[in-house]
Order: sequence, then C-alpha cells, then structure tokens
Amino acid sequence: MSKIFKRPRSMKDVPTHYCPGCGHGLIHRLVCEVIDELGIREKTIAIAPVGCAVFAYDYWDFDTMEAPHGRTPAVATGVKRMLPDKFVFTYQGDGDLAAIGTAEIIHAGNRGEKISVIFVNNGVYGMTGGQMAPTTLLGQVTATSQFKRRADKEGYPIKILEMMSYLPGVVYLERTSIFSPKEIIKTKEAIRRSFQTQLDGKGFSMVEVISPCPTYWALSPIDAMKRIEKEVIKEYPLGVIKGN
Amino acid sequence: MKTGTKTRIDAERCKGCELCISVCPKKLLGKKGKVNKRGIQYIILKDADNCTGCALCAMICPDCAIEIK
Amino acid sequence: MKIKYLTTGNEACAEAAIRAGCRFYAGYPITPQNELIAYMSKRLEEIGGVFIQSESEIAAINMVLGASATGARAMTSSSSPGISLKQEGISYMAGCELPAVIVNVMRGGPGLGNISGAQSDYFQATKGGGHGDYRLIVLAPAAIQEMFDLTYEAFAIAEKYRNPVMIFADGIIGQMMEPLEFDKGIKPSGVTEKNWTMTGAKDRPPRCIKSLFMKEGALEKHNINLQEKYCRISKNETRFEEFETKDADVILVGYGTTSRILRSCVPLLREEGIKAGLIRPITLWPFPYNALSRYAKKNVKFITVEMNAGQMVEDIRLAVQDDTKVHFYGRMGGGIPTEEEIIKFIKKISI
Repeated sequence: MSKIFKRPRSMKDVPTHYCPGCGHGLIHRLVCEVIDELGIREKTIAIAPVGCAVFAYDYWDFDTMEAPHGRTPAVATGVKRMLPDKFVFTYQGDGDLAAIGTAEIIHAGNRGEKISVIFVNNGVYGMTGGQMAPTTLLGQVTATSQFKRRADKEGYPIKILEMMSYLPGVVYLERTSIFSPKEIIKTKEAIRRSFQTQLDGKGFSMVEVISPCPTYWALSPIDAMKRIEKEVIKEYPLGVIKGN
Repeated sequence: MKTGTKTRIDAERCKGCELCISVCPKKLLGKKGKVNKRGIQYIILKDADNCTGCALCAMICPDCAIEIK
Repeated sequence: MKIKYLTTGNEACAEAAIRAGCRFYAGYPITPQNELIAYMSKRLEEIGGVFIQSESEIAAINMVLGASATGARAMTSSSSPGISLKQEGISYMAGCELPAVIVNVMRGGPGLGNISGAQSDYFQATKGGGHGDYRLIVLAPAAIQEMFDLTYEAFAIAEKYRNPVMIFADGIIGQMMEPLEFDKGIKPSGVTEKNWTMTGAKDRPPRCIKSLFMKEGALEKHNINLQEKYCRISKNETRFEEFETKDADVILVGYGTTSRILRSCVPLLREEGIKAGLIRPITLWPFPYNALSRYAKKNVKFITVEMNAGQMVEDIRLAVQDDTKVHFYGRMGGGIPTEEEIIKFIKKISI
C-alpha cells in the first residue's frame, strides 16, 4: 500500500535534538519534501548555519557543510560559483542571517547569487538560551531584554525581506509561517518556488518562515503557534514580497 | 466514515508537543499517560476507526513521528 | 621555453596562483596588495575562473572556504588589518581541513598602522591568529622569483595536507620589481583525487564538512588527528637557507625583506674580520628549529633582525636554549633596518 504521508527520502531516520514544538524539524521536512519532489537530492549542497539548526547536517541525507556564524551566504557563494549546475541552499536563523550575517546576506542578494535561502525567524537566539534577536518583537522579554524590548534602547524588529526587495539581483522573496496546516502548505509552495527560481537560473531567492520557539517564548507549543497567528504576523506580514 | 487508511504514531519519535492534537478535525488524538524511553508522554490515536487519514496531524508534526498508509 | 619579465611581487604571486591551477579568488582592496587583486580580476576572467570582490575580508575568506569545499584551488589575499578579519574563517578552514592559499602582504600595525612594509604579524601567522589548536603553514618569500615559486608550491602543499597555507610577504616584497622567470608550459602540481568534496550525493553516501564535534571525546580525537598531521608537516616541509654559516661566529637570522639586508651584511662583516653567516627560515611554521640548534653548542652568537618589536626571536630562543647567545635588533612601524645599523649593533655586542 502506498503511503499517504511518510518521512521524505532526504530526511534521515533519526530523532532531532529540537525542543518539543520547535518549527525547525517541520521546516527541515518541508525542505526535504521539496527536494525529493523536484528530484534534486543528488545535486543538492546545503550550508547549515550556527544556531539551533547547526546540526541540520545530522538530519539531511544530502551533502551538507557548515559555515562560520552568519557567513553562510558567503560560503554558499563560493560553492555555487564553482558548481553552477548544483543546487545550493542556505538554512539560517535570525541571529545568523539578520544580525551577525547581515552584510553577507545583503551582498549575496545584491550580487544576485543563484542560491536559495531558507530564513527561519523565531525572534530569539535559541541555541544560546533565548537572548534578544534583531527580529524580537517590541515588548518581548528575553534573556537579554529583561525589561522588554524597547525601540529607543534596543531598536526595532528588522524586516530583512522588505530591505532586500529593493535589490535588483533579488528575484523572489516570500514570508510564510507554519502555525496551521494551511500555512504549512503555503510554506512548502514558497520553498518550491524559491528552489525552482534557482533551478531556472534566475537569481537570488529567499523564504522567511515565521516559526515558533515555545521554549524561549515560555509558551506551550500550541500557544506559541497561536502567538504567531495573533501577534507575530502583524509585525511580519505574510505573503510574496517580491516576484511571483 | 472508514477510508481504509492507517495512522501510525512512532512513540519513540514523539516529543509530546500536542500540535497534532490541536489540528485533528475529529479530535481523535490524545495522551494516555504512557511515557516513551525519553520519559515523554507520547500521543496516541484514541479512535482509529474514525480516522479519515486526512494527514493534518502528520503535516504539523515537527518530528516526522506520524506516518499514514 | 621560458617566460621572463620584470614584475612586482604581488603580480608574480597572482600569476603563480593561476599557473598552480587557482580558479577561485575572493578579496577586498587594501594597500599594499592591490596589484594582486587587480591582476586576479583580469587573469581569472581570461581563463574562465571565478573572481569576486567581496563585501568584506570576512566574506572573502568564507567564499574561499566554500570554493575549497568543492575541491577547487582557491585563494584570497590581503594585508595585515584584513588578515585579522580573516582569522575566523582560517580557524574554520583548519578545523574543517580545507586547503587554501592566503596571502598576507604585511603593513605596519597595530590598528590601521601605515602602508609601509612590516613583519609584525609573525605571532599571528605562526602562533595561531584565530581560535583553537591549529597551525597554518607559513611560507616567507624573500624575492619576486620566490614569491612566484612558493605561491605555486603552496597550492600543492595545501592540498596535500588539506590545510590552509599562508604566503607571508610584506609591502616591500609585494611592490618592488625584479625579473621573474618560469616555464611557459608550467602545469599545476600535486593535484589529488578527493573523496571529501561537496559535489552532490550522486552514486555515493552524503558527505559533511564541519568543524563541530559535540559527542564525548570526538573533538579531542579530531584534535589529536590534527596534531599528528602537523607533526608530519613539520617533518616533511620545514625549509630554510644557509649562507656562509660553516665557520661563522655570528649567525644572522632573518626572513623576507630583512634576510636580503642581512645577506648583504655578511660580506661587509667578514671584511671587518667578523665571521658572519646567515640562516634564512623559508617556512616560519614549521620553524626550522634544528637548523639553528645544531649551531647552539658552538660558541656562536645569534643575531635576529626583524621589522617588528621582536617576534621570531622567541622561536630562536627556543631553538638555541641559551638566551645569552641570542640577540635581537628590530625596527617597527614600517621602519627598515639598514646595513650600517645592523653592523653597528653587531659590533657593539661582539665586544
């Protein structure tokens, strides 16, 4: 009997280290489903970030490598330029991409590097213990914004996609979430469009996935999903930011 | 309504996050107090007969713990 | 057939990289290595390689890391402040065991310093620079021809040991002109079959390149393997040059630009009755300790001359194991020691 729903071929049959209700495992799976459906597992090279997803290479059954914190798009640039026929994507968290690696992501986009970027935005640094990220919402308490994030002291939540939409080299940008099955389907389709953009040789693309961090939001997994729907997507509106 | 599908939950893979419970349209999933090797109360399908195999639970599971045949 | 022409050290280095099979270069402008990046932008385009002027030195070294992971021969170059920025990437490359050639055309420091040639990055290059227990293979050319020859070889050495190699030059070697000669048909050497590169998991299990080892004891094992590799490198790759050392009472020690000045001091000192010789380390790591230690038992004085406050002198002391025999003369901040100064210093301590 054919299976209606099973673990994708590109996802290793091992448990992940992620906390209960963490979005990373789900997004890893969506990436793998798209890779399997496009039939590109054997030509895929993934660049994992530093952060919670640093162990992504333990879960993906294709070529993977690490990059220093935030340098992920620079490493991907080196790989893709030498192997233009391979499929190269980075998987980055908001600390990796929107803080320490801001220069690398913007310039990779500006050069129109033909890479795909999966940007997982959960508004905190998970791996190091829930510190404030550039994407943390105003009013949010974290390990390093104990009196709530204040605009006049800690600045505003950064919207990387909107910033990058002005760069001509950037072809496709979409923000999605995973708080419901409907949004999960949309996220998968966005990942597919991003990957297809690269396969068509068109240029830089990125999908920002608004994802829960129940542990450092101090919410149950279900309440963390509700918070995204009620609160987070007001700051980070979902939809295609650039491209079609 | 029986659809002939079979939903299998891998108790050892389950982290008990309950996201599947929240999306099941027929509220067929739950916990029974049983724990897996990691000490986590895992999710079980309480009423297999009424499961339609819609796969929403599998879709939202962050741990690939649910398989539907 | 030989090609012979007059060129700068920076351009000789770049041409050597091309001839050694370098097909990826990423860099960022900084004086005094700008001729190198400009040359690479032209030559790599001509031969179908990849040149990227990166947004930063940090991005440049990480692009090189990525290119190297595909098995390509890759290079970056910079000068002191830029090399400081690259240290993170160099540490990761050492940890991931990725080969690459990194050129440092040194300038005066600390901080922004100035743009004159200096040798004040010796500690950074030979004792670490970045974090963790790792070693860079450090080659110190003293002439334009050697800038070419060592850069050409650096790619093969890097690939052989899967380790970054640094070409350790200074602004003077980088920018001065001398004749350069090489075979017209020179081909890349030491090209190996690689079973570790990122190419996509087709007809083989997936590969992973990483420096993170979290399992109990795994990182210690990784480090033990690295140290064993560094031992092999020390055994096989240590290089130096000796000049008039057989009967010497005074052995001058210097590398790069200062070794050229010291070489001219040797006959001048001998004319004045001081039996002088020269040892010129070519690899600064691995350092040629044995080349020096075999003279240590004799009644020989070691005079190390550097364009810094005294950095290599610490390795000389380790080799000689008798501080009373080791003397240092240096100039800092872009100052160049003259023959007269050096001879005066030697006469003072010889009395």
